Amino acid sequence: MSETSSALLREPWTDVTRQKEADSFGFWIFIASEVMFFGGLFLAYAVNHYLHPHAFKVAVQHTDITYGTINTALLMTSSFFMTAVVRGAPAQMRRTTLIGLSICAALGIVFLVVKGIEYREDISKGLVPGAGFPLEPQAAQIFFGLYWIMTGVHALHLFVGICLVLIIDTLVARRRLPLNSPTIEVVGLYWHFVDIIWMILYPLLYLLGRWS
Amino acid sequence: MNTMVRHVWLYPGLIWLGLLGLLAATIGGAYGGWGEISESLNLLIAVLCVGLIGILFMNLGGASVLVRLAAAAGMFWLLFAFIMTASDYLTR
Amino acid sequence: MTDITLDRLPHVEPHATYLTEGHTLASWLLTTDHKRIAILYALTITGFFFIGGLAISVVRLELLTPHASLVTDEEYNRLFTLHGIIMVWFFLVPSIPTTFGNFLLPLMIGAKDVAFPRLNLISWYIFVAAGAVTLYALISGGVNTGWTFYTPLSTFFANGNVILAAAGVFISGFSSIATGINFIATTHMLRAPGMHWTRLPLFVWAIYATSLVMVLATPVLAMSLLLIVAERWLGIPIFDPTTGGDPLLFQHMFWFYSHPAVYIMILPAMGVASEVLACFARRRVFGYTAMIFSLMAIAVIGFVVWGHHMFVAGQSPYANLIFSFLSFIVAVPSAIKVFNWTATLYKGSITLKAPLLYIMSFIGLFTIGGLTGLFLASVPVDIHVHATYFVVAHFHFIMVGGTVSAFFAALHFWWPKITGRMYPDAWARFGAMTTFLGFMVTFLPQFVMGYEGMPRRYHVYPAQFQPYHVISTAGAMILAVAYLLPLFYLTWSLRYGKSAGRNPWHATGLEWTTESPPPKENFEHTPIVTEDPYFYEYEQHGGDEA
Repeated sequence: MSETSSALLREPWTDVTRQKEADSFGFWIFIASEVMFFGGLFLAYAVNHYLHPHAFKVAVQHTDITYGTINTALLMTSSFFMTAVVRGAPAQMRRTTLIGLSICAALGIVFLVVKGIEYREDISKGLVPGAGFPLEPQAAQIFFGLYWIMTGVHALHLFVGICLVLIIDTLVARRRLPLNSPTIEVVGLYWHFVDIIWMILYPLLYLLGRWS
Repeated sequence: MNTMVRHVWLYPGLIWLGLLGLLAATIGGAYGGWGEISESLNLLIAVLCVGLIGILFMNLGGASVLVRLAAAAGMFWLLFAFIMTASDYLTR
Repeated sequence: MTDITLDRLPHVEPHATYLTEGHTLASWLLTTDHKRIAILYALTITGFFFIGGLAISVVRLELLTPHASLVTDEEYNRLFTLHGIIMVWFFLVPSIPTTFGNFLLPLMIGAKDVAFPRLNLISWYIFVAAGAVTLYALISGGVNTGWTFYTPLSTFFANGNVILAAAGVFISGFSSIATGINFIATTHMLRAPGMHWTRLPLFVWAIYATSLVMVLATPVLAMSLLLIVAERWLGIPIFDPTTGGDPLLFQHMFWFYSHPAVYIMILPAMGVASEVLACFARRRVFGYTAMIFSLMAIAVIGFVVWGHHMFVAGQSPYANLIFSFLSFIVAVPSAIKVFNWTATLYKGSITLKAPLLYIMSFIGLFTIGGLTGLFLASVPVDIHVHATYFVVAHFHFIMVGGTVSAFFAALHFWWPKITGRMYPDAWARFGAMTTFLGFMVTFLPQFVMGYEGMPRRYHVYPAQFQPYHVISTAGAMILAVAYLLPLFYLTWSLRYGKSAGRNPWHATGLEWTTESPPPKENFEHTPIVTEDPYFYEYEQHGGDEA
């Protein structure tokens, strides 16, 4: 274990445990910044939902609950596999790590495919803000403006996550990245964070206002 | 089943089932004819999901004080933004 | 001890320093040494400072006459927008943190480098890329919205490179966030043995507080810019009133960042002030604990005052009241700091070297700027002077009179440590006094004409304001000379300056215990800290020379 430990050591650290703590801490600070980034979007949603409750209620009926729910289940499952990876890797469970990462990436890719199909349907229904927007009142355009931006920024983050997962999957497979590397934990944190954002987006864009 | 398998697969698996259960509950809440209160229910369930993933999957529960402070700071600061912005919109 | 004669022979440092480790361009562009990265940043922001300064020189020349003389309306709008965007995001926000923060933080805590050295280098590349994109946007075509990008002007009616400029600023935010993450992790996890939190120099505390603000505020700016790009480029309405959007929501999101941003600009300056004052008064900083609480209070309370930029924008009167009250509160910790700096000087053994002159300038000008902030925090006064030169004068007193003075103080205080050379102090003191004079002549008249009604961002104005503008422009020319002056004598010192030695100022602080310039790993052996900071009084009673 010590040879791989010293292989993990970077400047200016003298102790691998401390370095891992710092990596974890540093990444959580980054997550805090991402919370504020998406938080801006949530704020824009909250304000507009408050100002236009009826328009938002009308608009939400037109997001596709089936695709949204499938995607939510996909991400929840991917987080499950990612947790297995993050717990299994430091315990030297190589197969768990490799298979878990692959499934994670696969589920993420399926999410993006489903999202793409959903986007195509949204476009064919004209649910893009601008001339020819089919819904009344006008403020429903703001709901859909936020829909496109929120899901778009989330999808971008997920795409980055998938790339990261595939990269470390490959590196671990080729034994270029040791199983106790802090990178695996950090990618895991990122993945779960992207999942958390979706946990909030899902009710905002698919559920709130469907009540009768 | 040895402790390692429990730690790596069973306990996360139970949490996963819990998340799926919450998903079913939140959809039920939206379509169950409960009226406007279902919005609060949806948001509450979302918070629970976030909590489960954050505390159990991301291991905030077992993390150092520093890490938990960092996570708390992000959420706390978001609260600043919401509360102070609300002070404008709610009083117009 | 310190003879005035200057060596004219070039000095060859006998020891290996961070400057001599590698002479190739690649060794600089691929460095992970925080000291070299600090210099990369310093060169970059100096360039931006002069670009922003050039733009405002044209503006001030234009303002010599009440009618349009040198530039058209559109060109004028683009000039002050360029000035604002470049100065805020490419000079002031990075200034002290990325240069002196980068160079000194590890040294002051006894570490070999920052927590994430590669991230540090990446942050500089992000900054350069952002600067290139923004500069291109501002110069080819330009932006006429002012640095504040208010909607719906920026989203619908402005002609120009709004999208590209917003993208450039968006990218620069990542550099800020990366730097903040690095500094927070470094401060928590790389302190030398014995360097407890309550032994940290106030500069470290200031950089830490600044980093918290950078990490938590900048993302909201990023989102606000993303939304205006979406609205302008993709036609997605968020702030558009014709679909029910609220333009004020943009202002809320924009100022949620941009008010804390001014604390990003001033907190490091306050840290510099504490270091310089303690050294040149030969006294510990008065009220060290209160200083720490004040720094953190400013950082936190600074997040809940942003509505004072929107008193006349359509915000509810109740929100106005709350934001006004909190804006008065946030002045209290700043005032505590000014009192404590003054008390540090009291009964001190003062030597009027250039760094101290710049800091005295800082205290005076920051105080005036801060007091006028209280005027602006009062809603009825703000209704009268909002969007006038009163506001312009207020923030320039703080950002230029405050931050830039402190930046120059830091430059003159730590130059010997960074380069190993002393500069001619007579020239430096002359520069400091010229800066103060130039500054007062430039900006004092702006308070008066602002109060009398001169609007900001106008280049055609009623003739009654011309005398003020002429005085202001004259002052700006003096300032320009004062800012250019250090370029000459500091560059001169690199070749002809006297060798500085480890601690030419006999200052406390770990950075002064190592060689000048420091070796790449900063310290020969990891320091072990046993004393509180600023142990100057002990030194006076026959303590060892550092």
